[in-house]
Amino acid sequence: MAIKKISKVQPEKFEFNKKNKETADSIIKNYPSGKQQSAVMALLYLAQKQNDNWIPLSAMKYIAKYLDMPYIKVYEVATFYSMYNLTPVGKYFFQVCTTTPCMLRGAYNLVDVCKRKISEEENRLSEDGKTSWLEVECLGACVNAPMLQLNEDYYEDLDPTKLEQIIDKISNDEVPQPGSYRGRLSSEPENTRKTLIGNKNA
Amino acid sequence: MLKLKVNDIDVEVEEGTTVLQACEQAGAEIPRFCYHEKLSIAGNCRMCLVEMEKSPKPIASCAMPAAEGMVLRTNTEKVKKARKGVMEFLLANHPLDCPVCDQGGECDLQDQSMYYGIDKSRFKENKRYVPEKYMGPLIKTQMTRCIHCTRCIRFATEVAGVPELGAIGRGENMQITTYLEKAMESELSANVIDLCPVGALTSKPYVFEARPWELKKTETIDVMDAVGSNIRVDTYGWEVKRVLPRINEEINEEWISDKTRYACDGLKNQRLDTPYVKINNKLKPSSWDEAFKAASERISKTKSEKIAGFIGDMTNMETTYAAKDFFEKTIKSENLESRYEKLYINTNVRSNYLFNSSIEGIEKSDLIILIGTNPRYEATILNSRIRKNYLKHKTEIISLGDIGDLTYPYQVIANNTDTIKDIIDNKHEISEKIKKSKYPCVIFGQSVLKLKSAPYIFEEFKNYLLVNNKISDDWNALNILSKNSSTVGSYDLNVLSKNSSYEILDKLENNNFEILILFGQDNLNFEKKNEFIIYIGSHGDKGASIADVILPGSTYTEQDGYFTNLEGKLQKAYKASYPPGEAKEDWQIINELSSFIKRKNLYKDKNQLIDSLINYLNLNNKNEAVFEVPEYNFKSEKIITEEIDYYHSNVIARASKTMSECKNIRMSLPKTGTDN
Repeated sequence: MAIKKISKVQPEKFEFNKKNKETADSIIKNYPSGKQQSAVMALLYLAQKQNDNWIPLSAMKYIAKYLDMPYIKVYEVATFYSMYNLTPVGKYFFQVCTTTPCMLRGAYNLVDVCKRKISEEENRLSEDGKTSWLEVECLGACVNAPMLQLNEDYYEDLDPTKLEQIIDKISNDEVPQPGSYRGRLSSEPENTRKTLIGNKNA
Repeated sequence: MLKLKVNDIDVEVEEGTTVLQACEQAGAEIPRFCYHEKLSIAGNCRMCLVEMEKSPKPIASCAMPAAEGMVLRTNTEKVKKARKGVMEFLLANHPLDCPVCDQGGECDLQDQSMYYGIDKSRFKENKRYVPEKYMGPLIKTQMTRCIHCTRCIRFATEVAGVPELGAIGRGENMQITTYLEKAMESELSANVIDLCPVGALTSKPYVFEARPWELKKTETIDVMDAVGSNIRVDTYGWEVKRVLPRINEEINEEWISDKTRYACDGLKNQRLDTPYVKINNKLKPSSWDEAFKAASERISKTKSEKIAGFIGDMTNMETTYAAKDFFEKTIKSENLESRYEKLYINTNVRSNYLFNSSIEGIEKSDLIILIGTNPRYEATILNSRIRKNYLKHKTEIISLGDIGDLTYPYQVIANNTDTIKDIIDNKHEISEKIKKSKYPCVIFGQSVLKLKSAPYIFEEFKNYLLVNNKISDDWNALNILSKNSSTVGSYDLNVLSKNSSYEILDKLENNNFEILILFGQDNLNFEKKNEFIIYIGSHGDKGASIADVILPGSTYTEQDGYFTNLEGKLQKAYKASYPPGEAKEDWQIINELSSFIKRKNLYKDKNQLIDSLINYLNLNNKNEAVFEVPEYNFKSEKIITEEIDYYHSNVIARASKTMSECKNIRMSLPKTGTDN
């Protein structure tokens, strides 16, 4: 994973809305007085949620002032964690897992589809401006590999054609059904269960 | 005390020391990159691994506190293999560009890979590339060479007090940068160059200038401020290439300010390298004989009380003493003055103009009061001590008036002389604090000694501290922060108007003198009328521009000379290079000028001058001329801390291109670093 790029286009100003301000203050109260800087991660996440799923520089400055800490310290945290987006992402944000189990099950075929159907490069908006994609490390659903995360939901057991269908649906603003795309329930075995058959609660 | 065993040697160490320090006490050398005595512990380079009994893995000795009964080994096969492994990883992404790297020859990574590394690399992948960062006009970056020791980050955050450096990204892609690549806003910034164990941060003005083994190294003293930082001057031929700090725990620890380090290119520019005489209102180059003749004829023709001399801000004590002798013996005049502004100085005891708590003493102070001073610019190194104290003890620091960012928080109280009166009369809340404090530290700047009510403030405050038992044998709370390196030395030599009045300065303002001799003095504030001005100095600056005769002298790197720092420590600066062209050492000029006037030298040689100077200091004949405290009254005034032009505060700095560049960049930045 290369170093995260900072968006060239940056909004001038950022401020928490009223609700988020209340949430931020209550988060800060979780820490002893004087240790308010510990809330930096939670506040960055709040800012990301408020600002269409990405964090502009002005938000980092705002949070640094909010928590009375140097800008560079907030900047460090924001660039360290992969789940903070520092460039604008699409309204539909695909995160394709390419760690070993998914990779072995053909995750790079999914990446190719993303490159073809969304944008040539990671973290760049598609032509209609609605979608973007990103390669990520393990999302913890290896048993349903290959898989990806679309906004808050997991789409599992994919293959290139199924992903193409999902992307097509998305471009019509229909949100497809999350979950396994091979008819599995969660991470149950495919076809029928072969183990623990006699066990009632298994 | 803890008892440990290192390589079968028994050592006793104090509680709180690390395993690394314990090993060093036992004489075992531990390689390291991230560990530094003056910084917090990071433990991220892993080079200091040692073996500890009962531990399955080697331990990072810099981060492990020593404990009773530890058995450590630093020379086993396992340790050697661990070091080799760490070294190999560090070198995996380090470019092999030592031949074009400025750090080559004094590089920790180079040295340690020779001693502890392996001779070839097994790394076949592409090496990482890191884009260059901008860190201002002093620091050149080559971040591909960075090994992520984070010393620079810790220095900026802890010592310099400007948390502007940080590490962005993670793992292999971690990069050290300033926030959005701004110049570092600190007067100590260039110390990160010394701290960097590799060639990632190198000196921009010194880039590709010389190799360390070609340079002649001279250990000497800095004169940019009154602190007297210990420095090493590196010269190539006669040219001063760079200035580095020397360790002196009592004064500058291991740091020096940017001005100390980078004003050295001013030693090459605007130098006076030949004597000049004004003919038909135009300065013309001349020979020494002509210049001496022009000066001596004029001096012989003039009444002695119409001649005055002024000592400059970077003049060494030999020159000052020679000038004093010259005035007393050759001219027979008493008009020699070392001040350039009307400062109140009580010369009765030496402690009246010294920084008595001492720089090291600041660390144990429990209350610091700044009156009319901005230590960040007037004495950068001293300010870093105050910050060190603040970080350790969260000491209360109080300033009269808001003087901007000092790198530590301080309480601002009204900047009136009334405040001081209130304190002295026990009406102010500070009075209680001073009384309660065990080691208070009251620092008077020159801005307050300039006031009309300075005698009142100084004498009464001193009295107040005496009454409250804050001036005793083991602690003296009264501190004067002098701005210039020559100040204290000149006071020690009694180079002041009689009874340290402002007589000479008043007469100067009223144009009562016919001849002025400026010994490197460029800061005088007066309108030139008919005065004949003889300038003895090194740079073509304000003093030389109004001169009628210019006698080219030497700077601090070109002559041996004593300096007394603001604490009263006598230190010697050594000759590292030669004066340019026909310029001479300052004392020689005075000596020869004397021989032109009286046909007799003042001294046979320099040894005679030094002997007589030291003799004078030892006798300390202050008692002869007892200072009479003038009658003083209280006057309600505002105490305004004079802002100094940090990067252009003396002739050398003004002639330095690097300093001008720093100044321009600082001016284009917003006032406080955290405001945009």
